[in-house]
Amino acid sequence: MNIYFIQLATLFYLLGMLFYLFYVVWLRDLLSRLSATIVTLGFVSHTLGLLIRYLEAGYTPVTNLHESLSFFAWMIIGVLLMAILKYKIKVLGAFLSSIALILMLFALTLPKEILPLHPVLRSFWHPFHVTFAFLGNSIFTLAFCCGVIYLIQEHQLKSKKVGALAKRLPSLTVLDDLNYQALKFGFPLLTLGIITGAVWAEYAWGRYWGWDPKETWSLITWFLYAAMLHQRLTVGWRGRKAAIMAIIGFLAVLFTFLGVNLLLPGLHTYSNWEP
Amino acid sequence: MKELIIIGLNHKTAPIEIREKLAFQDSEIKKALLETASLPSLKEDMILSTCNRVEIYAIASETDKAIQELKDFVSRFHHLPLQAFDKNLYLLIGQEAVRHIFRVASSLDSMVVGEPQILGQIKSAYQIATDLKTSGLILHRLLHRAFHVAKRVRTETKISNSSVSVSSIAVELAEKIFGTLEKRTVLLIGAGEMSELAARHLISGGIEKILVTNRTYERARSLALQFNGEAIPFEDMGQGLRKADIVISATDASQYLIHPDQVLKLMKERKQKPIFFIDIADPRDIAPEVGDLENVYLYNMDDLQKVAHENLKDREKEAQKAEAIVNDEVDKFVQWYQSLEITPTVVALRKKFEEIRTKELQKIFSFHPDFSEKERQSIEALSHAIINKILHDPITRLKQKDEDLMSDFYVHSLQTLFQLPHHAEEESKEKD
Repeated sequence: MNIYFIQLATLFYLLGMLFYLFYVVWLRDLLSRLSATIVTLGFVSHTLGLLIRYLEAGYTPVTNLHESLSFFAWMIIGVLLMAILKYKIKVLGAFLSSIALILMLFALTLPKEILPLHPVLRSFWHPFHVTFAFLGNSIFTLAFCCGVIYLIQEHQLKSKKVGALAKRLPSLTVLDDLNYQALKFGFPLLTLGIITGAVWAEYAWGRYWGWDPKETWSLITWFLYAAMLHQRLTVGWRGRKAAIMAIIGFLAVLFTFLGVNLLLPGLHTYSNWEP
Repeated sequence: MKELIIIGLNHKTAPIEIREKLAFQDSEIKKALLETASLPSLKEDMILSTCNRVEIYAIASETDKAIQELKDFVSRFHHLPLQAFDKNLYLLIGQEAVRHIFRVASSLDSMVVGEPQILGQIKSAYQIATDLKTSGLILHRLLHRAFHVAKRVRTETKISNSSVSVSSIAVELAEKIFGTLEKRTVLLIGAGEMSELAARHLISGGIEKILVTNRTYERARSLALQFNGEAIPFEDMGQGLRKADIVISATDASQYLIHPDQVLKLMKERKQKPIFFIDIADPRDIAPEVGDLENVYLYNMDDLQKVAHENLKDREKEAQKAEAIVNDEVDKFVQWYQSLEITPTVVALRKKFEEIRTKELQKIFSFHPDFSEKERQSIEALSHAIINKILHDPITRLKQKDEDLMSDFYVHSLQTLFQLPHHAEEESKEKD
């Protein structure tokens, strides 16, 4: 049942992404409004899907790779809708909806059955941990997109080619501000994600920290973002440097989330768990 | 549709001295229009007078006479002999006149293609003519179509999407770097005319705070006063550079005033807050290497002009799309115009045939009073049938949706061959 809504959401994200691309090409306000509506419908459908899955499973449905990808995409779309509402940077729609779409398509190829919950995951801390971690990740995804757009726009301005592309992209200051906002919100969330994870690890495994690959990589990611924040506040790493750092940070996020699950087996790999 | 005429001159056909002499000032237009209203061969007219063009759009009852009357009127009104400007005039009739109005309204005929001011100027010219009732049915329709065409061109092509003037490009670039220009500070180095002009553009772009520095402090102060800004002694330029987001440099210094190492240091002090240098001095004030530094953007006059040139090329590309829209709309208008003539012509043609028929029937019946009622009815029916059959094909053809735009020709042929009354004349008689 839940999976129909998830599939419907994926379809909406696909359409939303297409209309955002059309918007970028033709710059008609109608198109951007239409795509925002379509993506919102996708988000609603996705929310219903997750809610139904929660009721069917009886636990927060972020326990295997399918669920995590879907949850991540859902949060990315949520962050996108907020960013568009607040900052009116519609180009972001094209970027973030494509990322969400890729995650969803990946999620749909994976085993989707609801399985009995792994004992370790049956914890008070589980929903908090995944919410903080994925919300942080989604905000870092936003920062990543801002970083990419920033580099493109900066290149246009520096090389003095201010044509159709430059016209379509937002101003450098707006992109840099949003990057900084994302860092300010994303970093505390990442920190909370790691802390709740550690507390939960203490309950589940009897230790706060065990240098499991996931733990190690999230710490690396944390240090990257901490460094970014520090440099920004002290010596003014903004603009180009901040954009590049946001991209590197996102790659670390992606590796912590996917690379570790797929390449480095450890305690966080539950997807191949058989009851 | 040769009643529709345009007589005029523009930046392509006449030098500024002639255009100036023939321009109708705002205060004169009403008087001029009232004078044209009394010209005998003119039914409707309006006057468009801008700094690049002077044109009279008119509907004539007799084309050749109207043209002469208009030329004489212009010469009389401006106290200038016709020979002085006759060679600069262009004359457009019928379909070509329609095309011209559509192109002017869409800014395809402008000096800088795509600049939107002309549409507003036509609108107000039309408004004056409407107020004075010198424009009538045909000009109303024509001008409303012209506004529609201009709107189509604006929304369906990208003709006015990019700026082509150096100062508006500078403002656009500043917006691409800083987003909104509110709460930004601009520093003018050099208090000349160029800096003043650039500053005005930035103020209209939303800039709030202006700093001015100049080698002679007095000049800086008087310019700063104009913009409600702040003057800075030339030695303290560094102080201004620390505060400014946008720097416009336009001094007559023979060597670079601003060097990369100096800006590198400045950027550290600014904590890398972005800065936009606009170097409009010749020779340049700012070393080009400054533009390679991070968070520093440098455009000199050449760069700005290059962007302007690129944008202009884009506009010309879009102008071709616009021409297609214009052609399309000209066809539509011509069709409408012809439909105005077709119906009265068809009516007149039928009337003429009917008159011939009744006359001939009367003749034959008076010769043969012995015809029975039945015979009379047959003859009458026969004559009816012949006329209807003869008229059927030509009338069907006339009423057809006209693809090859020949109706105009057919209508006139019919009017001439059958000596039908001109509907235009009919109308003017009614008016009298």
